[in-house]
Amino acid sequence: MATTTTIVPSAGPVVGSRSFLSRLREGDEIARIITFLFAASVVLITLLLVFELWQGSVLPRHKFGFNFFRTSVWDPIFDQFGALPFIYGTLVTALVSLLIAVPLGIGAAIFLAELAPPRISDTLEFFIDLLAAVPSVIYGLLGVFVVIPLMREYIQPALKNTLGFLPFFQGPMYGMGFLTAGIVLAIMVTPYIISVSREVLLSVPRDQREAALSLGSTHWESTWKVVVPFARAGIMGSIFLALARALGETMAVTMVIGNAPVISASLFSPGYSIAAIIANELTEATSNLHYQSLIELGLVLFLLTFILNGLARLLIVATTQRGGGMGNA
Amino acid sequence: MKRIAVLLLAALALALAGVVWADSALLINGAGATFPYPIYSKWFDEYHKTNGAAQINYQSVGSGAGIKQVTEGTVDFGATDGPMNDDQLKAYKDKHGSAILHFPTVLGAVVPTYNIPGVTTPLNFTPDALVGIFLGRISKWNDPVIANANKGVNLPANDIVVIHRSDGSGTTYIWTDYFSKVSADWKDKVGKGTSVNWPVGLGGKGNENVTGLVKQTPNAIGYVELIYAVQNKIPYGAVKNAVGEFVTADLASVSAAAAAASTTMPDDFRVSITNAKGKGVYPISSFTWLLIPQKFTDASKRDAIKGFVTWMLADGQNYAENLSYAKLPKEVVAKELTALNKIQ
Repeated sequence: MATTTTIVPSAGPVVGSRSFLSRLREGDEIARIITFLFAASVVLITLLLVFELWQGSVLPRHKFGFNFFRTSVWDPIFDQFGALPFIYGTLVTALVSLLIAVPLGIGAAIFLAELAPPRISDTLEFFIDLLAAVPSVIYGLLGVFVVIPLMREYIQPALKNTLGFLPFFQGPMYGMGFLTAGIVLAIMVTPYIISVSREVLLSVPRDQREAALSLGSTHWESTWKVVVPFARAGIMGSIFLALARALGETMAVTMVIGNAPVISASLFSPGYSIAAIIANELTEATSNLHYQSLIELGLVLFLLTFILNGLARLLIVATTQRGGGMGNA
Repeated sequence: MKRIAVLLLAALALALAGVVWADSALLINGAGATFPYPIYSKWFDEYHKTNGAAQINYQSVGSGAGIKQVTEGTVDFGATDGPMNDDQLKAYKDKHGSAILHFPTVLGAVVPTYNIPGVTTPLNFTPDALVGIFLGRISKWNDPVIANANKGVNLPANDIVVIHRSDGSGTTYIWTDYFSKVSADWKDKVGKGTSVNWPVGLGGKGNENVTGLVKQTPNAIGYVELIYAVQNKIPYGAVKNAVGEFVTADLASVSAAAAAASTTMPDDFRVSITNAKGKGVYPISSFTWLLIPQKFTDASKRDAIKGFVTWMLADGQNYAENLSYAKLPKEVVAKELTALNKIQ
């Protein structure tokens, strides 16, 4: 979009005087049409996806209507399907993961971009990109063989002893559950936050830092009060990328969450997520209603991602207006 | 540079065409159950080697998906761990105008596996104990229902952690089919199926995840396929059968279950042999089936599939025991050979 608005004014009179055919011959029009088609395909695929999910979930939409979102029984044998525990599990695990990953990721990004010597920064960046590329089933295995035993033997008892008065840290400790899934997700999404935030911080113009330093601020003050606010939109973007991944993560979550459709305030409790139950039950769903209810869960996940993404955009707009620093970025 | 690229591309295209050409001789596609996948892949490989002609591709996508795909006609045959129900048979008939036939291939069993710190002797489980545990009514290992069948074993007063399969699976079907037969309560409250609404417990994905969770969670109980338990050397308990003996699952006791059921085998082979009556019978056993359409439009495919089933019922059976599946009883083999003539 930006290129067309900047080019058209200067090239305006020329464009007007050339015929469509000559523009076609010179290739401009062809390039325009082809790139337009590419851009349009994204919208088309999204629409097609929603259409397919909508079409594929006729039975449960008619049978359960809005109750699909309010009930919490999931019984393939007696044909009762409610999405609430899965929506709850998806949101809670994503929230827990962000609570852990955001401070960790942004802190690490600030260190890498502002404080670390370039050689260390680049080396670490290599490892972080490597972490971001590890297949999720590997994180699932890590969760099963390392995180779950650690949680059951050490972390959960410790939390229960110190913070046990809170409803979040009560009940039996299996090792699996919301908290474990959130932690494994946090391990998975932190590299995204670090990698993107670091790039954004590095791209903050040098004069911003120099101006802050010349006004007498310390290194940390220039970083925290000038550079980070300047890069706020980009950092937000990295967080929403992480959120999207956490919402849709399937394999690693299903291996550690306990796969029981339970709604419980306790983070020790086993739970279930939308992506996990689709992956678990779709291949063996024998009744049409069961199959289509899973498709409707897919639609719910899509809407959830859509709504959260929309909120994210609003948040970015709101914060950049308040900050004002992003006017030229 | 450009010329080299073009040449390379042409060579690649030729190579690809060659591969496609070589495979296009006769390709048969099947999809379904994961439980018999180890032996199916062995069979299809051996059959292709010995008979050359037909290449059979099998995707182990799950029984439900197998039934779905064969009904939609996207594969030539399906495979399932639980027989198709009447609605599904009707759906097939409505779509294709002809029936679909079940052919048992081998037998397998599902076993209870557990991890109780300090207990090393194999445990005995009564149906009441198993159902009670999985319904959540029995919550401690030293509950009298469990302890009475295990005199002399020092069972702890710990809470039982139930682990079940979270993914839909034939293993769950066999397990819950057995529970539905031995407990009216289970039948009314939970029922049988590839995925059910579990009253208690945590879900693990696949045999390997269930095993992993049982192994590392103290006081856990779960269920896995017999071959999986044997190959991974996991301890498992004996189950009390319909005539009152505690039987440990092995090839002999699973075959005994098939033999006990073979006299009453219905003509369409859709039979559940869980809780079969007879001496030495392991009660949580089951056939697994191929789903073959009765009418083929492509005669060469029909002949190839019939050829494969004939081979599978004879030579193919010899591969079963090495992979810890039980062979079909002779009566069933004879009956299947007759049924094979129905395929046109």
